[in-house]
Amino acid sequence: MSIWINEETRVLVQGITGSQGTFHGTRMVEYGTDIVGGVTPGKGGQVVELPGRSVPVFDTMSEAISSTEAEASVIYVPARFAAPAIIEATDSFYELNGGGLIVCITEGIPTLDMVKVVSHLEKRPGVRLIGPNCPGIISPGSNGGCKIGIMPGYIHAKGRIGIISKSGTLTYEAVAQTMSVGEGQTTCVGIGGDPVNGTGFIECLEAFENDPDTDAVVMIGEIGGTAEEEAAAWSKENFSKPLVGFVAGATAPPGKRMGHAGAIISGGKGTAEEKFEAFEAAGIHIARDPSKIGEALVSALVEAGLRES
Amino acid sequence: MNIHEYQAKAMFRESGVSVQSGVHCTTVEQALTAYDSLGSDVVAVKSQIHAGGRGKGDLFCPESGELVMHGGVKVAFSRDEVENFASNILGQRLVTKQTGPSGKIVSNLYVESGCDIVHEYYLALLVDREEDSILVMASTEGGMDIEEVAETSPEAIHKAWFDPSDGLDEEVANSLGDSIGLSGPSRDSFAAMVASLASLFIEKDCSMIEINPLVRDGNESMVALDAKVSFDENAGFRHPWREDLRDLSEESDVEVRAHQHGLSYVDLEGNIGCLVNGAGLAMATMDVIKLYGGEPANFLDIGGGADSESITAAFGIILEDSRLEGILVNIFGGIIRCDMVARSIIEASEKTGLKIPLVVRFSGTNHEEGRKVLEESDLDVITVSTLGDAGEAIVNAIGGN
Repeated sequence: MSIWINEETRVLVQGITGSQGTFHGTRMVEYGTDIVGGVTPGKGGQVVELPGRSVPVFDTMSEAISSTEAEASVIYVPARFAAPAIIEATDSFYELNGGGLIVCITEGIPTLDMVKVVSHLEKRPGVRLIGPNCPGIISPGSNGGCKIGIMPGYIHAKGRIGIISKSGTLTYEAVAQTMSVGEGQTTCVGIGGDPVNGTGFIECLEAFENDPDTDAVVMIGEIGGTAEEEAAAWSKENFSKPLVGFVAGATAPPGKRMGHAGAIISGGKGTAEEKFEAFEAAGIHIARDPSKIGEALVSALVEAGLRES
Repeated sequence: MNIHEYQAKAMFRESGVSVQSGVHCTTVEQALTAYDSLGSDVVAVKSQIHAGGRGKGDLFCPESGELVMHGGVKVAFSRDEVENFASNILGQRLVTKQTGPSGKIVSNLYVESGCDIVHEYYLALLVDREEDSILVMASTEGGMDIEEVAETSPEAIHKAWFDPSDGLDEEVANSLGDSIGLSGPSRDSFAAMVASLASLFIEKDCSMIEINPLVRDGNESMVALDAKVSFDENAGFRHPWREDLRDLSEESDVEVRAHQHGLSYVDLEGNIGCLVNGAGLAMATMDVIKLYGGEPANFLDIGGGADSESITAAFGIILEDSRLEGILVNIFGGIIRCDMVARSIIEASEKTGLKIPLVVRFSGTNHEEGRKVLEESDLDVITVSTLGDAGEAIVNAIGGN
């Protein structure tokens, strides 16, 4: 039905008493997410009112997980506190549950903080980080669903397409286009546009490959790095479902950071053209025109015999 | 964020990384005083700009456009030569492979003692995004463009990685020294330098340190003859001292002002201004314009926290571009509501006296309300609902390609 999360997933909000935490906590509950509590150091014992439920606030992630049996957390704390928050969540999930899902929305985390976080995570298998600097992850259900992040929930609907993207609003664009051709989603994952981050394209593809309800995947990359090329090469050997790809930034000049810290063509590497070529070489259906992602998905489904026209 | 060579070398000196004596100057007189004080017969007179390829660049007179001198880095063998080179550099426009044809006016100079060069190497530290680690890269081919070396003789490049939590292992630094053919005192000198640079990289939150060339001198010591340092902007809150090193004349004025309004802006060559929320969607919007036969004039991401004030500022910044013939606004509402953006567009258009075609595409949160607000206003605007229609409409509105 989905990857990594479902309607039953019990979620904590790190930074729940902050304006972002409360605002998005409310939106997530409205969508159907099972928010079971939150963490703000120094505010343990307080209660936060969310639509139809009052949730407890804890000082630490360990207390929060022990008391609520949460399996996932979402981080809305400022950049300077984000890496310690991820590390605290990682240790707590690993020690108490042997694993868990952490979604970090925060933008602007220092790169070396993320290098330390990623190396910390590698030593704690079973704990998955999505982000940072991402819209989060969402799995639409038959009635509501599970949304862990900041995306507008109502543009999604339950269906059979998986979506993976480095971008925020461009993910919404891809969702809107799949909806306009009558296809809903199993899960949409925003992996974020920072140079060093948690879950990558390949791990998402692997999970979608193993998800019986996902029939096809849309992958949205952008200039910078070689993650798209690696994902393309991996998919050729290991991914059996129709795959549609787009890369943003074909018109971006080299050496200029295009908003996201990671979106930069440097040393002649990381261009959109190289990525499109890698996609084509791996048999991925490409949409060079970002307004034709929906059309490319339809032709990929038709070719695979998964749709009439 | 980038800094000048003289600033990077001051930092190196403090960290125990060996560099030649040198003096930062802004006038010819200072350059001559520097020459006298250095007490070295041979000095290097080096243009200070935030771009590589200075040595092979050309200096032009900014007024007449005439060529003044080949080479932005010169070796002077006398006081007269120092005077000649300094006056040919300061105030002139230096054009290198990396500056683009418009080049950069040189206002800073570095006069440095000469060095007894036995061999030139290359050394760099940078964040390796594929390995999620810090990469140390060394090569025997010093003084050359590293991308060129990677193309032509990749075997000359040797790599090692380290984790910022653990720091750099001495063994790793030693074996990297071995791999570029160093031994004895020069290998020890190299390993000590790499260790200092690794600490510096972590302490100062660098994104890159590049030394090209790194030289082995007659005493078997390794000396950083050049120094290029850039910092991770995200870590700026930990390093308030960086502001003193910032040379605003090196940064695009409009990009700096956009940043102050929470906007992310990059100037491009075309004539269609873009205003978009989200970096990925902003790039995709540029791509669509191009695919429909137009040319984007800019990348502009208004960010997730945009309000009426920042949208008005964004309009003002886009409209400064005299080549502009049309504007495309593409908003996918999430937290941002399209009706708020619509009201801001009307306000900004009135304030700036907008006279060129405007195409607005709204999708997501309150897109219908946003469209209604625009259509009920006096503003001359074309509203569309899909990304493809947006690209087509703006290109048609300015009269095709």
